[in-house]
Amino acid sequence: MRLEAPLIAEEREAGQFIMLQVDNDYGERIPLTIADADKEEGSITIIFQVVGKSTDELSKMVEGDNVPTLVGPLGTPTHIENFGRVVCVGGGIGVAPLHPIAQALKNAGNHVTIIIGARNKELIILEEEMKAIADEFIVCTDDGSYGRKDLVTAPLKEECEKSPKPDLAIAIGPPVMMKFCALTTKPYDVHTLVSLNTIMVDGTGMCGGCRVDVGGVVKFVCVDGPEFDGHKVDFDNMISRLNSYKAIERKDHDCHLEKAANEKEGQL
Amino acid sequence: MSHQSPEMLAEKAKELLVEYLARYDEMKPKEKMAIPAQPMREQDPDVRNKNLEEVAIGYTMEQARVEAMRCLQCKKQQCVADCPVEIDIPEFIKHVANGDIQTAIDVIKRTSLLPAICGRVCPQEAQCQMNCTVGKGLKDVNQAVAIGRLERFVADWEREQGVVKIPDVKPETGKKVAVVGSGPAGLVVAADVRREGHDVTMYEAFHKLGGVMRYGIPEFRLPNSIIDQELDTLDKMGVKIQTNFVVGRTRKLVDLIEKDGFDAVFLGTGAGLPIFMGIEGENLVGVFSANEYLTRANLMRAYDKDFADTPIYPSKNVAVVGGGNVAMDAARMAKRLGAENVYVIYRRTENEMPARNEEIHHAKEEGIQFHFLRNPKKIFGTEDGRVKAIEVTKFELGEPDASGRRRPIAIPGSEYIMDVDTVLVSIGNGSNPLISRTTPDMKVNKWGNITVDESQKTSMNKIYAGGDIVLGAATVILAMGEGRRAAAAINKQLKEEIEAGK
Repeated sequence: MRLEAPLIAEEREAGQFIMLQVDNDYGERIPLTIADADKEEGSITIIFQVVGKSTDELSKMVEGDNVPTLVGPLGTPTHIENFGRVVCVGGGIGVAPLHPIAQALKNAGNHVTIIIGARNKELIILEEEMKAIADEFIVCTDDGSYGRKDLVTAPLKEECEKSPKPDLAIAIGPPVMMKFCALTTKPYDVHTLVSLNTIMVDGTGMCGGCRVDVGGVVKFVCVDGPEFDGHKVDFDNMISRLNSYKAIERKDHDCHLEKAANEKEGQL
Repeated sequence: MSHQSPEMLAEKAKELLVEYLARYDEMKPKEKMAIPAQPMREQDPDVRNKNLEEVAIGYTMEQARVEAMRCLQCKKQQCVADCPVEIDIPEFIKHVANGDIQTAIDVIKRTSLLPAICGRVCPQEAQCQMNCTVGKGLKDVNQAVAIGRLERFVADWEREQGVVKIPDVKPETGKKVAVVGSGPAGLVVAADVRREGHDVTMYEAFHKLGGVMRYGIPEFRLPNSIIDQELDTLDKMGVKIQTNFVVGRTRKLVDLIEKDGFDAVFLGTGAGLPIFMGIEGENLVGVFSANEYLTRANLMRAYDKDFADTPIYPSKNVAVVGGGNVAMDAARMAKRLGAENVYVIYRRTENEMPARNEEIHHAKEEGIQFHFLRNPKKIFGTEDGRVKAIEVTKFELGEPDASGRRRPIAIPGSEYIMDVDTVLVSIGNGSNPLISRTTPDMKVNKWGNITVDESQKTSMNKIYAGGDIVLGAATVILAMGEGRRAAAAINKQLKEEIEAGK
């Protein structure tokens, strides 16, 4: 979905996100990563999966509608430099935020290996765009309906075993996927960044709802992140915090993403 | 004092007014001091702790006039000296006593733009009412002339007449000023600078204006309709408003000056990051900063469960940690949202609590339970990571510390466990790093607060700051006082530029 937001398009850097609200009075503020931006046109692109009430309502908006609350770009941009060899891993909808980061890393002169994965063929997104950036490109599906029948952690492990090992790995996707990507790279001591998408209210540091434990220190995803050292993030706590309101969410809030993540955890 | 019915207080004041009016002109100070102080009319505690309506209903005209008659019209005017914006207090009160409310509001508005707000949330007992001669004479600060309640009465009266006067705006000067943040400091700067004819744009990160007055202070203490009224005044004065705009991110601070051509910028971005205790279990589900809890309830309207998309955690037993006004707000909000037991855990005693007495008193009336000389040690969770209990340590008071308050000392081995499902942490805020991280030239102190000179000017040219981003966590009126000083400095800078033909 493309949104007219000239100021955000101008300032935004890879790794940053926006907050939006579909109803100014009673809507919920949700963070979404900026997948792409066009300064000339003054627009940003967001890619989202319908997982609850806000994303459902957002998906029903048509050209010419107005998103009443749209603020950003928020978060600390990704630190981009020529690290050498970088592996980018995107799972499901996580490929969307990964795209601008992979592009920036490529532009900085890195050798970029891209691994993207999803539950099935239908859920693979941005394949052509990612392929165009990648020096090496691997696609997997959980059910084998497209590409390798594997979880993304399998090719990631293979990349870590190559010599020389990667200088950096970046994993973005469902929390469980990031957790296991971090566990995969840890034995090889490959520095691994993950981009977290926690529950936020303001997105500017004021509420602390997005806090995560990173190496025993409390960090706020909205201002200190969203990217952190995957080897230090307490994923289990983060996942339980993501489920804070599960019990009281209304029927229309039924979270498809969590369901998918849980299925995935069962397989891992 | 037990709760008195609003109707009864109103009736009593009617009789008193007739009695005193007959002889007001001849009354001696001693007689005036014998006039009974008029209590605020309030909702019944057992009713109000289940609704969001304002706790204090306000004075009736008769109550206001009787209360105003208690003022001795001292020559010394200690009350004026103790007011951060120096309202001519005896003067406005004199007009209230005479029943001329229009003149009373005109007097207040000479120096204060937001009397309906200040009358409600200023800590009068520590400011204008602290050294009131009547209170001193009666040896009880609570018996001082109720200046705040009178201010509120006068402001509400004006609003109810439907004829709020819009301050005059001088001819356009062509100078542009950006005000960052729409809280109390920002509102004052916007109004004061706009009055001089400068073009003012106010930026707000949230989708609604008002800053802490909107997201923090609950409806039952400061109704949104009051804030809307004050904002409407700014709008009518021609202040431009830009919501959903995070200065530092949406636009760099320096770009406001270099690219957008602003001649001056005021930063009133407020207190930033909530401080947590750093104890085990603090990231469990069910532990919230008071900021988050109140923002969900107030700004995002989570109290309106049928409509709001933003959820609020369902609580039965709530521990609120801290002793400030925000802690009181969080505790009273939790009660209103359906918690059965709300415990305030504070490591010193009631005497050292930073919250206003009035708030503590209201909280007690509403059934909030206070556990003094206690401090959390650890939070226990269930298997799925939710809060189930809190371990607290007992404290005793030792020698006074740097703040002059007696230092709390832990009693070894005194720990015990309380069953709670929610913990609201309300022990203050650190400074938000957003501006400083995106503006390397901005000087901040070791706590990250922006450093300013006596005119509120920062280390950077044309940029001023005030309110909590400078003070740390303070009060609405102190923020307004800083805003007033900053506005004066901005107006001076612009006037000099205009005179120099720049």
